[in-house]
Amino acid sequence: METSKYIKKKEQAFTSTRNACKQCSPLGSSLAFKGIKNCIPLIHGSQGCSTYIRRYMISHFREPIDIASSNFSENSTVFGGAQNFNISVDNLIKQYNPEVIAISSTCLSETIGEDVKKMISEYKAVNKGKILPELIFASTPSYAGSHVDGYHEAVFETIKSLSENKESNDIINLFPGILSPEDLRLLKEVFLYYNQSYIMFPDYSDTLDNPSWDEYKKISDGGTSVEALKRTGSSKASIEFGYVFNSSAQTSRIKTQVAYQTAAKYLNEKFEIPTYSTGFPIGIKESDAFFNLLNAITGKETPEKYLLERGRLVDSYIDGHKYLSGKKAFVYGDEDLIIGIISFLSEIGIKTVLCATGGESKILQSALENVLGDRFNSEMIIGSGMDFESMGAHMETYQPDIMIGSSKGVYLSKRHDIPLVRVGFPIHDRIGSQRVKHILYEGTQELFDKITNALLEKRQDDSEIGYQYM
Amino acid sequence: MGTLITGRVGHVVTKGLDTHDLVCDKPSIAGSVSQRACVFCGSRVVLYPIADALHLIHGPIGCASYTWDIRGSLSSGPELHRLSFSTDLKEKQVIFGGEEKLYTALCELIDHYKPAAAFVYSTCIVGVIGDDVQAVCKKVEKEKGITVLPVMSEGFQGTKKDGYKIACDVIAKLVGTGDDLPVQPFSVNILGDYNLAGELWMLSEYYKKMGVQIVASITGDGRVKEIRNAHKASLNIVQCSGSMIYLAKKMKEEYGIPFIKVSYFGIEDVSDALYEVAKFFKSEQLEEKARQIVIKEINQIAPQLAEYKNKLQGKKAALYVGGAFKAISLVKALRMIGMKTVVAGTQTGNAEDYKILREICDEGTIIVDDSNPNELSSFVKQTGADIFIGGVKERPIAFKMGIGFCDHNHERKIALAGYAGMVNFAKEIYETISSPVWQFVKR
Ligand code: SF4
Ligand code: SF4
Repeated sequence: METSKYIKKKEQAFTSTRNACKQCSPLGSSLAFKGIKNCIPLIHGSQGCSTYIRRYMISHFREPIDIASSNFSENSTVFGGAQNFNISVDNLIKQYNPEVIAISSTCLSETIGEDVKKMISEYKAVNKGKILPELIFASTPSYAGSHVDGYHEAVFETIKSLSENKESNDIINLFPGILSPEDLRLLKEVFLYYNQSYIMFPDYSDTLDNPSWDEYKKISDGGTSVEALKRTGSSKASIEFGYVFNSSAQTSRIKTQVAYQTAAKYLNEKFEIPTYSTGFPIGIKESDAFFNLLNAITGKETPEKYLLERGRLVDSYIDGHKYLSGKKAFVYGDEDLIIGIISFLSEIGIKTVLCATGGESKILQSALENVLGDRFNSEMIIGSGMDFESMGAHMETYQPDIMIGSSKGVYLSKRHDIPLVRVGFPIHDRIGSQRVKHILYEGTQELFDKITNALLEKRQDDSEIGYQYM
Repeated sequence: MGTLITGRVGHVVTKGLDTHDLVCDKPSIAGSVSQRACVFCGSRVVLYPIADALHLIHGPIGCASYTWDIRGSLSSGPELHRLSFSTDLKEKQVIFGGEEKLYTALCELIDHYKPAAAFVYSTCIVGVIGDDVQAVCKKVEKEKGITVLPVMSEGFQGTKKDGYKIACDVIAKLVGTGDDLPVQPFSVNILGDYNLAGELWMLSEYYKKMGVQIVASITGDGRVKEIRNAHKASLNIVQCSGSMIYLAKKMKEEYGIPFIKVSYFGIEDVSDALYEVAKFFKSEQLEEKARQIVIKEINQIAPQLAEYKNKLQGKKAALYVGGAFKAISLVKALRMIGMKTVVAGTQTGNAEDYKILREICDEGTIIVDDSNPNELSSFVKQTGADIFIGGVKERPIAFKMGIGFCDHNHERKIALAGYAGMVNFAKEIYETISSPVWQFVKR
């Protein structure tokens, strides 16, 4: 097989990043921490990082997103932030009375060599005898990874610091990766239909998509409870979604251990809990894989509901295929998400000509080859560590018919007059970003309809005749 | 007030109840969820609208990613400012230094985009890893023959306000370096308008009609060449005093250009902004023209405003904005449409402006400095506000409390300055307050 042109960062014309297709690490960790029940995230560093991250997330989720900062000053930068750390924890306990304070670092606190783990143990020692919230720390310097890496780091550290191995139980752990709150709800529903107990982490399906409130809540309802997180060490199996995970990260922990590590793999190594990895369940094949996996673990059969959904999805594939065949797509975003989407597109006759990510895992191509098998399009341009301006240059050459990715590509979509179907994070220019469905038959159905209709709309708009039937 | 953490008590006063002076100009308390951003943010938003300049952010990716196209500052020409350039520092540079990467990145970008000048922003880690940004800028400036200005805006040095000051210093370096724009007798610079939703264009229209030339707009729809010539203007008109007063003072010292402080929000203030200019030039002709504009504009909007006033009479507003000067304008504007301000807060107000704010507010109004979601939500509840006026970070607080919201921050898409802006403002408020959706919310 001819290998595709693999564009590395260096081959881009610019040393700088021009319109980044990634966010920074503590954003990802804070997102994961938002999936813990009664938890307040704290970013140990200067104020701007947390305010920017909050604003960025608020514009997507349209929910209150409280993330505290230890508010470094000139002094803390020179003499260390231990005092700021202690005051922060005190103030957060007083204000929020949380069960968990989940701490991320920033580029600054990492660069000056803050030892947050030590600060935590000293804080605990000083406050011995008091009932304290759990203090969890994820090291998230952005110079060593993106939001995706920060997310996985936070999931890993949470499980590492809380999981306990007690009496074994019939629970399945699920580590879903960066999905929308609605996706997480779909997953929880699956377990209900299977009548199978589960622990999903992180679960921000409620915390980042709360109903209207009668009374202002300091901490949004929902999330995975500390108790459940502790029990993850006694579950009968773990499922994790993804192929790439945090393999872009270059933090020292990961470097020294050679391989990257996820929460599920940690539980496997530490407590011998069997781990099953499968891709983001997008499209029929990857969703089938997830259901087959569940069937195998539970000994049950796919519930009727999902068989019907699958049947309807196949039916719609057939209804729509003539509008889609031979169309060319440009897909961009987090690596594990775009792998799922490209796999789905290959099922419906859309050729992905350009796929790009801000991530730098170096395994995107091999992951795609594995997932797609003979559906892999060897002419596809795979851009790793890419920014939007470089993507724009490639669009000129490859002339896609449709773009699929975050709202940050909207200017390219306008510039080239190509419809954009918004998926993933962030979606800053539309309402309902929390409710975008990506996964399982139901989410695929939504994606399928959106993509087909976007192409139809374009065709209709471009036509002078203005067909009433398409 | 049970929600206040230690150290926050002084930052809140209720007019008529408390007697202490409002504490302000302090760094935020560790562990708070402040709505403030950082020094870099302050510099970035002030310089951002200079549309033909290159803005390169030296640091890890987040600082640039989060400020990409962050303001709705419109440009009538080039749009280089809308691209986000970052040196995207990696572990290697953190260990061995990022000067080389900065140098290469900068040269490539200048070659490709041919900007009129370049700004290089330092973010938090840059100083810590020991990069000499100023030296790199100097070197590139020499090699490429364009002005390259370092913006030493490491986030941790203070608040957004300190960032404004740093940006002003950088602009001051540009001012006076050009002498290639013809200047008429009645000439001004507009300082501190960022052309959000095209507001600057509206305002300059008024001034042009009066016969006043605008030499440079600093920085809305800004151009390097105009800023270089700004020292040739006879007067600086400063709005949003928080961000630009420092530059105005500096230009007064250096070039003897006097300045006036104005606000374009609300009929009273925007009319004053026109009259003051006429008064400064001691020209009856200007004054007459200003009067004509004011009368015409007011006549045009008066019926609509009266209608809104009728509908909004007695409604209560909570506001939380960047600086206190803007808060003062808003309190007045709200009063004009029959509304009461029950909470008036700012991220970085100064003592002087807070004092005026306190004077013009009604008894019982809560005035707060550097607040957070917890406090703001409890103030809203306590006062029974009907609407919240603020920025995107405040929006979910309003909505979760079940009250209306009006974006008066730099992301707004609707012009709120000037006369037409006043109607837009009233309309925005009325539309959100009177929406039928609130019937489903328990309050
Ligand atoms: S310094 Fe690092 S953590 Fe802070 S915003 Fe920039 S990239 Fe993100
Ligand atoms: S790293 Fe510093 S400059 Fe960048 S956003 Fe954070 S506080 Fe601001």
